Amino acid sequence: MRLSELPKGAPAVVERVDDAHAADPIAQRLRDLGFVDGEPVRVVAVGPMGGDPLLIQIGFTRFALRRAEAARVSVRSEVAA
Amino acid sequence: MSASTLRIALVGNPNCGKTALFNLLTGGRQKVANYAGVTVERKEGRFTAPSGRVLQILDLPGAYSFDASSPDEQITRDVCAGNYPGEAPPDLIVCVADATNLRLHLRFVLEVKRLGRPVVLALNMMDTARSRGIAIDVPELSRRLGLPVVETVAVKRGGARALIERVDGEVPAAAPVQPDDAASRADLHAQVRELLASTVRMPRATAEIDDALDRWALHPVFGLAILAVVMFLVFQAVYAAGKPMSDLIGDGFGWMGGHVAALMPDGPLRSLVVDGLFGGLGTVLGFLPVILVLFFFILTLEESGYLPRAAFLLDRLMLTVGLTGRSFIPLLSSFACAIPGIMGTRSITDPRDRITTILIAPLMTCSARLPVYALLIGAFIPARKVFGLFNLQGVVLFALYLAGILGAMLVGWVMKHLRRDKSEHALLMELPSYRLPKTRDVAIGLYERGMIFLKRLTGVILGLTVLMWFLSTFPGAPAGATQPAIEYSFAGYIGRALQYVFAPIGFNWQISLALIPAFAARETAVAALATVYLVGGEAEGLGQALAGQIPLASALSLLVWFAYAPQCMSTLAIIKRETDSWRNVAISFGYMFVMAYAASFVVYQVTRALT
Repeated sequence: MRLSELPKGAPAVVERVDDAHAADPIAQRLRDLGFVDGEPVRVVAVGPMGGDPLLIQIGFTRFALRRAEAARVSVRSEVAA
Repeated sequence: MSASTLRIALVGNPNCGKTALFNLLTGGRQKVANYAGVTVERKEGRFTAPSGRVLQILDLPGAYSFDASSPDEQITRDVCAGNYPGEAPPDLIVCVADATNLRLHLRFVLEVKRLGRPVVLALNMMDTARSRGIAIDVPELSRRLGLPVVETVAVKRGGARALIERVDGEVPAAAPVQPDDAASRADLHAQVRELLASTVRMPRATAEIDDALDRWALHPVFGLAILAVVMFLVFQAVYAAGKPMSDLIGDGFGWMGGHVAALMPDGPLRSLVVDGLFGGLGTVLGFLPVILVLFFFILTLEESGYLPRAAFLLDRLMLTVGLTGRSFIPLLSSFACAIPGIMGTRSITDPRDRITTILIAPLMTCSARLPVYALLIGAFIPARKVFGLFNLQGVVLFALYLAGILGAMLVGWVMKHLRRDKSEHALLMELPSYRLPKTRDVAIGLYERGMIFLKRLTGVILGLTVLMWFLSTFPGAPAGATQPAIEYSFAGYIGRALQYVFAPIGFNWQISLALIPAFAARETAVAALATVYLVGGEAEGLGQALAGQIPLASALSLLVWFAYAPQCMSTLAIIKRETDSWRNVAISFGYMFVMAYAASFVVYQVTRALT
């Protein structure tokens, strides 16, 4: 499942970040910010217009990600894991 | 530089409280400049340690990682590694980490350590960490990291004592340099997890207060309502506090000019001092209160952590016209004055988004356009009701504001499609914890903004004001002249020459002439029109004179011109200063000229055909 598809509030764990294209700086930045395998992640809030951007809690930090950015992150539901 | 001076570089993630720590250490003794060729601020300060040693501190831009994607991060990396040209390598790196956000910040600490330079880790915001029940085994963390670790509270007096003692002592040994490749970078996350597991106990991931506040601040309905209220209050404050002070300064300089005039013999020199020098200074310094009031709110909102929330709420809306949520506050400020708006674009991380925001900021209807709008609307638009509800004059004023916004959206959209670099713009924005803004940090920020404005702009604007004065004073009227003196001046000639350009949009030579001083400051167009139409400065009299002598089509065309025209020169000067590029000044001037001309042409021709 993609982070962009994760329902609000549902607990999940990051699997990996996929490059949208070769040498994708946004994907690299996401990895640097802590989107790595095994990291718990949660959608805290969504933007008021079109549900974009998403507010993501990872580690102790909250990041606003646009849906296109969140779609790079592959997650698995914590319950299923 | 004496041998006992120690060069210290402060580094850390954004939002780690690094700048507050820098302010605490160095107080007002700071030098702010830009790194050569980029608009990244270089902040340096110094203080004397108890041992008498002088510590020279460089506050480097915040960075999430050394895998640098932004100019800020490249500079931080190169200065830390000691290979930034013109910058001596630091003797010691003080890496600042937010004790409540170690999962993110420790990773960067490990990256800094791998540079193989002496590093001290400052665990900042330890008071907040304790009150949230976060327990950190500092000696164990220090042992595992192999770095000296000190606790700091940047927002408290004396909160940096441990850090000062540590850096005043012996410089710690450097860790060995380690390679930087993809595998070792992935390894950093594993190391951070290990460190956290063995040294940090955290009851919950976020502060309860943040969760509670965000539930309201980011709510799809209440969040937008709160934002609207905040913005409304900011604008009220700008008009209630900034505008009267601006007027007071303008009047004060006028009064002083009047007194000086009484002491001087009549002639061009007196006119230079009174109109050029005092008038010009009054105009320039008149901007200052508005800028300071606006920046007081921008800095307070930024320090409190609310600004990124506002950007979050509005990102989608701004994205449709090729901007980012972060563009919102600078654009909103531009309704008061484009100058603080353009200065405020520094918080936009993507350089492309920043340039777009700078270029469209002058299209927001600033307060200097209001006197012109008021004069022309009062003279030409009848005060009758439309749809039995609205005053037609108000509707026209609203339409002019709307015209500016729609024009800006159009330009943003066009720029988005013209841009060659179509790679995705990242939002990727951290929403930091809410904090109470500290007076010291806001005051230092205000002082810096004020000085940038005064130092960089006063010379340019004053020079141009004197030039304007020269053009409209020389050559003087011949003996027995029947027309106002300005008609015989260079400005008069230029006005008549400009008329050929502006005739298709319905401007006679008097209006064309008024456009020249309006370029210095829009509101002076009123005074210039008063001069050429031979009436006193009273707007009512001028309004009647205009209504009698200018056709409606020309008046409407002039209104539209003011909505889009490339003005004022202070704005162009700040674009030069903030982008360090004459090209952007030329683009900005050029597109606004074309846009204003085209819109005025359509309005003039259509109105003429209909009336």
